[in-house]
Amino acid sequence: MIITRPRDPARIVENLETVGARSVFIVGCQQCATVAHTGGEVEVGELARFLTERGYEVSGTEVSEVTCHLAHTRVELRRHAEELSTADAVIVLTCGAGVQTVADAAPETPVFPGLDSAFLGNVIRNGVFEERCQMCGQCVLDLTAGICPVTTCPKGLLNGPCGGMWDGKCEVMTDRECTHVRIHNRLKAQGRARSQGSSIPAKDYSVKLKPGSVNLRAQRERARRKSGGDR
Amino acid sequence: MSRLREAFERGEFVITGEVAPPHGTDVSKMMRSVELLGPVTHALNVTDNQGATLHLSSLAASKAILDAGYEPIFQQTCRDRNRLALQSDLLSAGTLGLENVLILTGDDPRGGDHPQAKGVFDLDSTQLIEVAAGLNRGKDMNGAALEGATNLHVGAAAFPEAEPWDIQFERARGKAEAGAVFFQTQAVMDIDLFSERVAELRSKLGVKVIAGILLLKSGRVIDFINEKLAGLMVPDEIADRIRGASDPMGVAIELATEQVRALRDVADGVHIMSLGSDSVVPQILRGAGLD
Repeated sequence: MIITRPRDPARIVENLETVGARSVFIVGCQQCATVAHTGGEVEVGELARFLTERGYEVSGTEVSEVTCHLAHTRVELRRHAEELSTADAVIVLTCGAGVQTVADAAPETPVFPGLDSAFLGNVIRNGVFEERCQMCGQCVLDLTAGICPVTTCPKGLLNGPCGGMWDGKCEVMTDRECTHVRIHNRLKAQGRARSQGSSIPAKDYSVKLKPGSVNLRAQRERARRKSGGDR
Repeated sequence: MSRLREAFERGEFVITGEVAPPHGTDVSKMMRSVELLGPVTHALNVTDNQGATLHLSSLAASKAILDAGYEPIFQQTCRDRNRLALQSDLLSAGTLGLENVLILTGDDPRGGDHPQAKGVFDLDSTQLIEVAAGLNRGKDMNGAALEGATNLHVGAAAFPEAEPWDIQFERARGKAEAGAVFFQTQAVMDIDLFSERVAELRSKLGVKVIAGILLLKSGRVIDFINEKLAGLMVPDEIADRIRGASDPMGVAIELATEQVRALRDVADGVHIMSLGSDSVVPQILRGAGLD
């Protein structure tokens, strides 16, 4: 899930001042931002209180089911059309994807982020999140015993450890076991020790050019036309 | 041809030193070190934004040293450049007449003077060694032919005393298989353990190994190493010897001299890191019978 962090409230107030907003609508998300405790019902309520105490009017709130889903969010915001129409600005407590979805769904109103998007996180347990995948576009977990060196080695080395490893510990985050030591040990325990001369080759970053885009509909359409043409 | 490579080929015991490019454009202080160390060494390592702190490039500083008639070992880390810039700098080295290159991962930026910087690490050191070997064969890393190949004498770093050794050894093997022909090591602390492991590196990988000697000139230096330098720990018996001395520098010189002497039969050379006390390096070498 996407881990988000609260933004400095002063920055949010500054944003509102830039458009002279007095009335504000707040959007949260039932998915990641709820699990991250940054943009669920609770946090949306807290922000509403914070703003009310500072003299703002909160015209309404909505914790959308999946805020980054454009069609869903449009429908949900339509139910708040009146509250939105009286709002001078919208604050969105979601990841950047959700903020942009709301901005597209309500293009006439200034939309401001209430959170910073941090990383794609594993939920270790409630309230404890760790980054294990950077969505690099070219997975090496098949070679590294299910431990990602791109993400969990601070230097992102594919072939490690670096010269700073000592007693199996990471040089940069000294309280952690070195990723490459973990990989080596797990491969060994599974009888998969890497063969000689098998350094992992350099990554291909061309598979991760931004902005990413997948269009299954277009793919299916192309496949349908192709098979139709073959007949 | 690289004097270092020639010395290895002759089976000579090589001596390397280290200089740091300035934090600025004025190389005069660095050149004073070069004038002291150059005459008593085969080559001088020229650090690359060491400790992730900003300095003049190793490339420019290496060229200045070459022009002064001494032999540099151009250091290149993977931290600050992507694969285009890394290859471009290795080609530049070829054009400038630099042959020795020491390829390193590089310290993480968050420990340096620009902690806001993005650590690049587009390639790791093993991958970059392989690239350098390819440039020597006249091919870039995509296999495209070059107008003129490099003639790089490629080295890498090794840390013989680090645990777990099996992982360290595999790492060194990866670098040797990628094309590293010589290794420069982290500072020697335990000569017996070091000797055992260097023997393994030399015999199994067929590489030359230059042993790192660090001048432990004061209790403060020892504290700095123990607290700040990743992976290095000065053993108590050595630390006590320096801390208990009325003349710590004298004892440090004595210790370094003993280490150099002991390593003559263990390694293919020594790399002396004098931490700014360059003037004592000739004394150490003389004491070890290497002048």
